[in-house]
Amino acid sequence: MSTRSLSKGCFVFKPSPKRRKVSRTTADYFREGNSDLEDSELRFATCQSLQKQVKSETEQIEEELNEQLFDNLVSFLRRSHSAFQEKTTEWTWRTKSREIPTAALVLGVNVTDHDFTFRSLSEVLQNNVTPYIALLEAKDCPGIKNLMQKLLGQLMNCCIDVGSSEEEDYEQVSHTRVRCSMTSLINWYESATKRTDSETPGKKRTSSRHWQSPPVVVIFKDMESFTTKVLQDFVVISSQHIGEFPLVLIFGIATSPMIIHSLLPHSVSSLLCIELFQSLSCKDHLSTIIDKVLLTTQFPLKLSEKVLQVLINIFLYHDFSVQNFIKGFQLCIVEHFHSNPLSILCCQLEEAKRRVNSLSHNQCENVRRLPSFRRYVESQVSEKQIALLTADSSLKEAVRKLLEDLNVYHENYFPILRCLHVFTSSLPKYPLGKQIRELHCACLENRVWETEEYESSLQLARMLNKSDLVTMLQKCVEILVSSPGREFDEIVERLKEFLTQFQKLEETYQERDESVSPQKELQKKTNLYNLQKTLLELKESRRSKKLTKFEMLRFEVVDYIDSLVRRYLVPADHKTLHEIVYFNTASVLREHLNAAPRIALHTALNNPYSYLKSEALKSDGGSISNKAPDICIAYKLHLECGRLINLVDWLEAFSTVVTAAEGPTADVASSDQVDDVIHARFIRAVSELELLGFIKPSKQKTDHVARLTWGGC
Amino acid sequence: MSLAECRSAGALEVKFVPDEDVLRHIADDAGVKVQKGKSQLIVNTKRFVKKLEAISDDEAQEILEEKNYVAVLGLCGEESMTNGSSVGGGEVYTFQTPKRSNKMAELASELAQTPGQSVVPDPSECPEKTARTPQSSKRSSSNQVQQKTKKNEFVSTTPYRLRRRLAAPDAQLESESEYSASCSEEEEVEEAQKEVSTVLSHQKTPAKTKAVSTPPSRKTLTKKKDNMNNLVEEYFEAHSSSKVLTSDRTLQKLRRKRLNQQTLHDLLQKSPLAYAAEIKELNQQYESLFSKWMLQLHLGFNIVLYGLGSKHDLLEKFRTSMLQDSVHLVVNGYFPSITVKSVLNSITEEVLDHIGTFRSPLDQLEFIMKRFKEVWDQAKQSLYNWLWYETTTFSPYVEETSYENSLLVQQSGSLALSSLTHVLHSLTPNARGIFRLLAQYQLENKDNASYPGLSFQDFYQQCREAFLVNSDLTLRAQLTEFRDHKLIRTKRGADGVEYLLIPVDDSTLTDFLEKEDEDV
Repeated sequence: MSTRSLSKGCFVFKPSPKRRKVSRTTADYFREGNSDLEDSELRFATCQSLQKQVKSETEQIEEELNEQLFDNLVSFLRRSHSAFQEKTTEWTWRTKSREIPTAALVLGVNVTDHDFTFRSLSEVLQNNVTPYIALLEAKDCPGIKNLMQKLLGQLMNCCIDVGSSEEEDYEQVSHTRVRCSMTSLINWYESATKRTDSETPGKKRTSSRHWQSPPVVVIFKDMESFTTKVLQDFVVISSQHIGEFPLVLIFGIATSPMIIHSLLPHSVSSLLCIELFQSLSCKDHLSTIIDKVLLTTQFPLKLSEKVLQVLINIFLYHDFSVQNFIKGFQLCIVEHFHSNPLSILCCQLEEAKRRVNSLSHNQCENVRRLPSFRRYVESQVSEKQIALLTADSSLKEAVRKLLEDLNVYHENYFPILRCLHVFTSSLPKYPLGKQIRELHCACLENRVWETEEYESSLQLARMLNKSDLVTMLQKCVEILVSSPGREFDEIVERLKEFLTQFQKLEETYQERDESVSPQKELQKKTNLYNLQKTLLELKESRRSKKLTKFEMLRFEVVDYIDSLVRRYLVPADHKTLHEIVYFNTASVLREHLNAAPRIALHTALNNPYSYLKSEALKSDGGSISNKAPDICIAYKLHLECGRLINLVDWLEAFSTVVTAAEGPTADVASSDQVDDVIHARFIRAVSELELLGFIKPSKQKTDHVARLTWGGC
Repeated sequence: MSLAECRSAGALEVKFVPDEDVLRHIADDAGVKVQKGKSQLIVNTKRFVKKLEAISDDEAQEILEEKNYVAVLGLCGEESMTNGSSVGGGEVYTFQTPKRSNKMAELASELAQTPGQSVVPDPSECPEKTARTPQSSKRSSSNQVQQKTKKNEFVSTTPYRLRRRLAAPDAQLESESEYSASCSEEEEVEEAQKEVSTVLSHQKTPAKTKAVSTPPSRKTLTKKKDNMNNLVEEYFEAHSSSKVLTSDRTLQKLRRKRLNQQTLHDLLQKSPLAYAAEIKELNQQYESLFSKWMLQLHLGFNIVLYGLGSKHDLLEKFRTSMLQDSVHLVVNGYFPSITVKSVLNSITEEVLDHIGTFRSPLDQLEFIMKRFKEVWDQAKQSLYNWLWYETTTFSPYVEETSYENSLLVQQSGSLALSSLTHVLHSLTPNARGIFRLLAQYQLENKDNASYPGLSFQDFYQQCREAFLVNSDLTLRAQLTEFRDHKLIRTKRGADGVEYLLIPVDDSTLTDFLEKEDEDV
């Protein structure tokens, strides 16, 4: 069966039942793409488990981040709800003024992440507050009727969750039959709550989970996309009935809360009693994710500077989506395990050491081929070199040791990085970046202490005042104490020593301050001569003045930090075997996540040689050879035209080029025949350009086409 | 002491304190408050300057960051096989520079003359080939223009742009009329503009007569290309007028007749595909990625292929080699009448064997999602997890373009004729006569470019004279039938009179009448 048809655009294919079922698993595809067959299964398993870990970890982080927001929302619901339950004066007052309690949830521009937030929000509410939740999206609600339909449908379905299954049929039928109006909604609510109330003796559990007469929560996922009319109608209608059942609205807002007032006129927005909730900004969100996922030793796979830079750039310049960032990380995992046979060692240290033992000879050769390992071998004495290159057993021994080194390196790297960040993040103008990720990238890129930015930040650090310095040192101590690194005891000791020295300094200062009061001398009257003299003295003393004790100590602290940086923040690619745990093919990532189709098209049309490696197409400079594919020639010619292109001129120019390319072989006798062929080729090239959207037919002039793209000359 | 003060306030707040201020401070004079305020002012300005510096520093930083961004994004995978991404955006997204009308021909001859790497074209062949380019005709026309300009030379001194603006409304009107053809009026406008521009260029650069059609004002503009404002101006200038600087030649004047779909297909079949070996190699490279695609599809990613060339064959190969064991759906996006509904229908009806209809696509979608619960949830969660793969194949878009109503292919020609005769044969002889009258009249006027069509009153008169109708009501009824079959079009003229036209090109109409005559 072919997919070419003049009458159909959709084709369904089903596996024929006759064929033997040899369904291949994902692991099979993983193996097929690989040249090394041996370890692929283990590699795939490692990859999957790592993916799962990352997934659960990120989800947990997100939950924690949202916790605060959700708590606030729940307490808001409780407040507005308790008023309803107790029929307090506030509620009666509110019913009189017909105000609906509304939570405006400002979520930021990263719309792609909102779905996740709303899902977990409705989960939280479902578990703790109320079964009656409706999630509405603008695309489902072009009119108030559709909105009510959707609302009733969702509410009645969640009622089924609570009720027993035998009622399902009844509910299903009623859902389609019930007229979708506010009255039917209220009737439904009354019957639903009454039923649960009457059943409470039997079902104590459900009622304890939810509140008494639970509120109906309606969530508008994307408030901005709703049409004004629908929203207005809904608010006005439901405000009429607010006394009869507890309705709470939640607006999901991507831009700013002002949008409520621009969407709804005052008469409508006054029917809402709005409380504002702000979710964590997506940038903070990302920082947390990076902090907890990438800047730890928890996950064996690490990202190289360029890869991280690509992911961060996609985030900052394209979508602000944390979800996409995580997806990008997941892709890195797949790519790394798929492309690198040695990634089998990319797991927790103990496991990796065990796996080293069972490495095959081929894999050992792979290790020997690693550039970082070759550098390592060259630095060894000659006997050791021979042993490493010939004997697998001594290689394995070395690999075990090197892996351990790498592990230790990471254990030290991250805490020291955080310490350095404590310092650099408080410097003015942030020479090494405000975020820890920037610092991380700088450290991964090359020796950070050789950069100008580092130099200037050290200089700035030498000018820090005491209180700042002390708090920073305290923070560093905290970081180092809480981290598992083994070598930190000594450092912590040293830092504490500094702190006590500062303490002492303070005491001596205070003593001296009491004894000397330089201000007093100024109180006396002076003449010009005396002033000049004192000023000169002052100047003199300033020049020759020795550093104070504080300054000396400050220098010492900064120098110590510098020494730590030089010792522990060596770029990862200086480390042997870094290829095993670092994913560094940024180009692959960028190609797959942030492709530039128009540029690809442009290159293919302008420089076909970059794809078709034929000598005939090789050309120098910007021009293309006249032997290029037809579409390239037609494209190149069309670039020379203005807004409109005369097809006749185009055809003639095209045939001039093409016949010249074919050379003298075309004899005069068959020229008519050739012309027809060239004509046909021209037609094909032009219609291809039309399909690609470079030109379109124009009615402005006969036999003209309009150019649609600009530039590319 | 000021030192100590500074330190306690944080070392960074370095104030500039002028000497005299120190003096005042130390002298502790009571009556200097005004003076002090003044000095404070000085300090303030100093700070302001500092701030400015800081701001410019920030900007520099930003620029640097941007550069980094470009560098990272531009970091091309030299190791990867595609280097299509190596081109920066600036190269692709520039504004167009105005071109001379015969530039294309020039480039063509230039390309034709550039010696190929392997074959050097016969020098005797070259002049002949270049003579075929429209340049020669262009040259003569430009000579004519030049003669005209000599007449005009002393007449016009108004700036070119102003006059162009004056001429613009006419042109605008012209462009608004839906049916264009090279109307004589438009040509006149164009001609006039050409003259004007020639005048100016002639005055400015008497030696350069070749650049006749390039308005000098634009030329100066292009020089300052860096200036964004000028680019914008240039863009709108290129789009503001309906002035067309192309030659007026039409395909009809060419001796070559239009090809129909079948002959086109046959002709292309005959000519071998260029670089077949290289294209095959490219395809093989992509085919080696199949299992990786499958892996990624299984892991919840989706795949987009992009790049020049038809991907139909590649996808077909992927489908037949990898997807035989799974249910899959092929949707041809280039299919002209593809809709969401047809896609969803084929899922519900053919995949899920569901019989019945849905109220709206959304309901249908919900139904599908329910059925695919466990499959869909993951996909829904990752929305569209696109992975982009570049697969530039250079394969011709045979299938894709076959639906396009191509500009050059006479797609409707034979079809229109046969359907015309078919429809008319089912009509009464009287109706056929009426149509014949209209067709004949239209052919008589085929050389009149501003022929609006036959007015209803005139047509009625003619029909009466030929004893084809007896009242204008019968004629109207007949015309309605024609209109329903799309045989005629009616257009209301400026005077409110109804004009009738047959929307078929003249050659087809002639063929039709000839055939009719044969039959009779």
